[in-house]
Formats: sequence, C-alpha cells, structure tokens
Amino acid sequence: MSKTLFDKVWDSHVVQHIENGPDVLFIDRHLVHEVTSPVAFLGLKNRGIKVLYPERTFATADHNTPTRNQHLPVKDKLSANQLKALEENSKAHNIPYWGLGHEKNGIVHVIGPENGITVPGATIVCGDSHTSTHGAFGAIAFGIGTSEVEMVLSTQCIMQPKPKSMRININGELNRAVTPKDVALYIISKISTSGATGYFVEYAGDVFRNMSMEGRMTVCNLSIEMGARGGMIAPDETTFDYIKGREYTPKGAEWDKAMEYWSTLHSAEDAVFDKEIIFEASDIEPMITYGTNPGMGIGIQKGIPTAEAVEAGAATYKKSLAYMDFNEGEAMIGKPIDFVFLGSCTNGRIEDFRAFASIIKGRKKADNVTAWLVPGSHKVEEAIKAEGILDVLQEAGFELREPGCSACLAMNDDKIPAGKYAVSTSNRNFEGRQGPGARTLLASPLVAAAAAVTGKVTDPRELLELQEA
Amino acid sequence: MAYDKFNILTTTAVPLPIENVDTDQIIPARFLKATERKGFGDNLFRDWRYHPDNTPKEHFVLNNPIYSGKILVGGKNFGSGSSREHAAWSVYDYGFRCVVSSFFADIFRNNCLNIGVLPVQVSAEFLDKIFKAIEANPKTEIEVNLPEQTITILETGEQENFAINDYKKENMLNGFDDIDYLLNIKSNIEKFAENTPL
Repeated sequence: MSKTLFDKVWDSHVVQHIENGPDVLFIDRHLVHEVTSPVAFLGLKNRGIKVLYPERTFATADHNTPTRNQHLPVKDKLSANQLKALEENSKAHNIPYWGLGHEKNGIVHVIGPENGITVPGATIVCGDSHTSTHGAFGAIAFGIGTSEVEMVLSTQCIMQPKPKSMRININGELNRAVTPKDVALYIISKISTSGATGYFVEYAGDVFRNMSMEGRMTVCNLSIEMGARGGMIAPDETTFDYIKGREYTPKGAEWDKAMEYWSTLHSAEDAVFDKEIIFEASDIEPMITYGTNPGMGIGIQKGIPTAEAVEAGAATYKKSLAYMDFNEGEAMIGKPIDFVFLGSCTNGRIEDFRAFASIIKGRKKADNVTAWLVPGSHKVEEAIKAEGILDVLQEAGFELREPGCSACLAMNDDKIPAGKYAVSTSNRNFEGRQGPGARTLLASPLVAAAAAVTGKVTDPRELLELQEA
Repeated sequence: MAYDKFNILTTTAVPLPIENVDTDQIIPARFLKATERKGFGDNLFRDWRYHPDNTPKEHFVLNNPIYSGKILVGGKNFGSGSSREHAAWSVYDYGFRCVVSSFFADIFRNNCLNIGVLPVQVSAEFLDKIFKAIEANPKTEIEVNLPEQTITILETGEQENFAINDYKKENMLNGFDDIDYLLNIKSNIEKFAENTPL
C-alpha cells in the first residue's frame, strides 16, 4: 500500500515489531526539561547505567523557572532543587544543558526548532505533551511519560503501538485576523478534545501550505488538544528555508544528502488514511474559549452554546460554565478581563509578538489589565528588541519578561489569582491550569492584544479597521 | 521501575462520573516539583479534594467514606492533557490499581500501563451500569480479571471484555517494565543506530 508521510517516517524507525504488541521505535532526538526528567535519571542511577547516546539528547530549563531576575538564585527551594538536579544529571551524562541565563535557553519546543535540532523525517520525543509542535517540520514528534524518558535515555527507544492515521484538510483563504491559533481552536471546537485520540494527524491543504513555520508550529502544537498523539505537515521550501544554516542542521554535502531524503517526505497521492476530515478556510473566525477545555471554543462574535447544543454530558458542561461563572447563551464580546498572557510553546515566537504589537501600536494598555508578555526563548527576546517591538510594547505601557513556560502552567510565581479572567495565548484552559481558581480564555495573540488595550473581550478586526481608517 | 504484579483484582470502586478529567485535575502542576517519586497520592485531585486552606471539600468523592476501593471509575476521555506521568503515579500512590472509563487519553493510558495501573476501557453502556450499580450500593464489588480480560459487576454478574495487547498483558501479569525488554535487545538497537545518523 502507498505510504502516508507518517508511515514513511515511522516505518523507517522501527527497530523491532512485536506481534500483537508495540513497535520498538528508535528516537533520533530527545529533549529534556527539569520537571519530567529527574525520576528518569534516578532510574538510570538505580540500574547503574549511563545515557546511551548523550549526543542525541538536549536539556533546557523552562517549566519551573522565574520570568524575572533570572540572574539571581531561584527563590523557591523545590524549584531550585529541580533545576540543580537537571544541571547535575546533564553534567554526569554529558548532555548539553542550556540552563537559566544560557543564550540558547528557552521553552523546549521553541529552542528545538530555533537551533536546528528539529529536522524533517526525524523522531523527536520529550516528556511534554506539546512535543507535537515539532511535527511542523515533517518530523514525528510527541510527548512521553517519565518511564519513557528513562527508556530513551537508557536505550534511545520507546515501545508503542503504531497509531492510526488522520488527515485534516483545509483549503481556501483565511479570513482577516484569523491566525494559525484560530485554525487550531476551530478544529478542536469541531472534533472535540478526544476527536483525534488514537490517531496521528497530517495537516494538508492551502491553509497549511501558505502558513509560516511559526504558524505551522502553533497548529501542530495544539494537536494534543484534539487528543492526537501528534500532528505533522509535509516539509516544503518554507521548511527548508527555515532550517538551513541553523546550528544542528546538516551542512554542505550532508545537507544535500538530507535534502534528497526530505524531498520524499510527503504522503503518496493514493495513500489511504484511516480518517479524513475537511474544513473550509472561509468558515473560520477569530476564536475564543469560554469553558474549561480547549474544545469549548467559539467564533468571538458568537454566544456561549446551550447545554443541549453540546456533545459532552450536561452535568460536565454545567460544571464547566459554573467554574467560569458564565451562562449559556451569553455573548463573549464585552466580557471584562483582568489578565493577558502572551507566550508559551503555542504562541511565544517572534511572529506572535509581531501580531500582538500590530494591534497595540499607538494604543495604551487598559488600566484594569495586568499583562504578562513572555518570550519563548532568549533568541525570541533578542528579535523582539532588534525589530523595535520592545519599544512599541513599552510605549503602550507593557513590560517584557524573561523566557519560560510561565503562566501557561503556573508552576512558577506567574499565577493568575482565583476568580480572575485571563485572555491567554497558551494551550489549556483547564480548571486551575493558570493558578488555583484562575479562569482562562484561550485566544490568538491578536485577540489577546485587543483585550489588553480595551480591558474586555474585543474583536481584533474592529481595532484593525480603526487603524486603517 | 518495578511494580506489583496484576492478576485478578476484586474490590469496591470509587465513582467519578465527570467527562474529560484532565491530568491538571489529577495532579496540579504546582505539585510537580519533586525530584523523587513519592507522596504523590496526597495531592491526587488536590483542588477538587481540598479548599485553598487545605480543609477537605466534603462533597468530593475521595472525601466521602462511603466510597473506597482499588478501582477508580471515571467518565469519558479520562486523563487528557499534559503528559505528566505524575498523574498516573498519584493514582497508584493513592492506592488505585485500575482505572475504568469508556475512553482514555493516549498518553495517560500509556503511562498507566508503564507503572502498573491497569486502564480498562469499557463501552459507554457498561460504564453507565457500573456508575448505577455503585450509586445503588457503594459496596458493590467489581472484579477485573486480567488473564481472562473481563470486568464483572459481581452483584449482577454483568460482564464485559476489555482489550490489552499481549505484550503489555504479559508485563502487567509479571510486573515487568519496558526497560528490561529494551536492555535485552540493546545490541539490535546499537546496530540500528549505526545506520541512523543524527
């Protein structure tokens, strides 16, 4: 049978197939952070073994780090201890460690692509579900648990059954102010947070073809939020232009050889997927979520659905709205908000800061809003400065923080207080995700910027029109 | 890490009839700062279980002494979200050996299988029967038979089969983990790696 892109990459990494069991899958590159790795390193220690291929593993500190005063010792003892453990483990096993203050430090899914660790056709894992981000390059990339982190450290393999295949096709042109984040939130709102569970997704069609690498990363990042293990996009000129010349990508003759292989990485014309889904680009509006999972999203001009209109059980739905203190049928537009969070592995790249700046330029931060603007890495931070975006932010009354996962999962001090509403460009609006009792509205950087300057949920198209008038 | 062998489990069960229970609920991120695997059961469902002042929320099922047992029964799409294995650890550490649902998120299911918690996926109808049986009688006993791959509500005899691949079944029955397997085929892996450039 003709192979899908996913088949091609997966099959070429199978060391052994176990009948009525998993495949032993070879992992090309492994990313490690401080939160999900210490117990895995402890496992190696207990078994008395070393990391098999340290040159295939890269470590960074991101989940549990402050976004201010990173040059000072980390105050939280448990956090400091976890960072120290990663530093020591990396040293003991000869793994490159890009800790706080290192020029390459940043969110694991931002720095992988930035430094050329992420390449087409590779298998990439990390103890973090948003590892799916790297699929934007035509890699098979997915999140794993700590037991599997230990497997990769000790044997460079994991054991998993091959998932089913799904293709999501979106053709046509996107409407104004509709960003990759909106595309992903739209898909999740249509197929639910479990709609792609058991599948690996390939995104196909004009919309993804025309997207920048940053945009593709945002979409693939959110694959896990539809339940998929991962998502990928066939590599093309956009991909090759992005990766060429980055530190860990092949050079010279090696590059030419790699290009020969990479150019074969697309699904065959007659490849059959276990499931195909088609959406129209023109149906997608700027999105916002109103509930406590990423599937609870609507076009920003729409009202909150009634319990009868949703698929999830009514009890679960009502519990969710009660947590948000929202009512069925209410409009989202005009709802007052307290916090804005721009950042995370979903929307913490330079393009996201450019989009945010395009709305706030010439405006002022609303007085009722606390804004946390957190670049995904030091390289993103440098670009923000170099492109003059920092000046725009500062003139509008915003402050830029230091890189890290920050308020996306609120392991550090960046916690949204109980009962407060935050428009966030991150990936999860689960109960308490951004702090105990915090209420999250997921949206694009444009919607976040519109909220930041108006203090309420606002359609970014209105502000863009005013700018042009 | 080695875990206790799993064979036949007969026990009462704790019902949690909520859909889309994500791993941030099972264990909130602020409890992921440990560098060792211990004590996670204390923070299982922390924010559903305790008020901000650490007093128990009496209406939450884990605080209701009527319900106990080694099986946790959850609604559809259990364990979605973050890949944190800490979620599975906290379930195990609290004392559960089995989670029953009509649908599991992928990574959580994998994590459970890797640490000795058996995820049992049943039909939506059977899940409903279990919830109703426990509601009618909280002391309802449920038997999970791994060798036979059956789950039975003992009081009524209602039974359903569940799926698990032969490899993982063998592991669970013997308390083996994947690393033992992988270390045994290390020379094959090394040969494979030689032909797989960075």
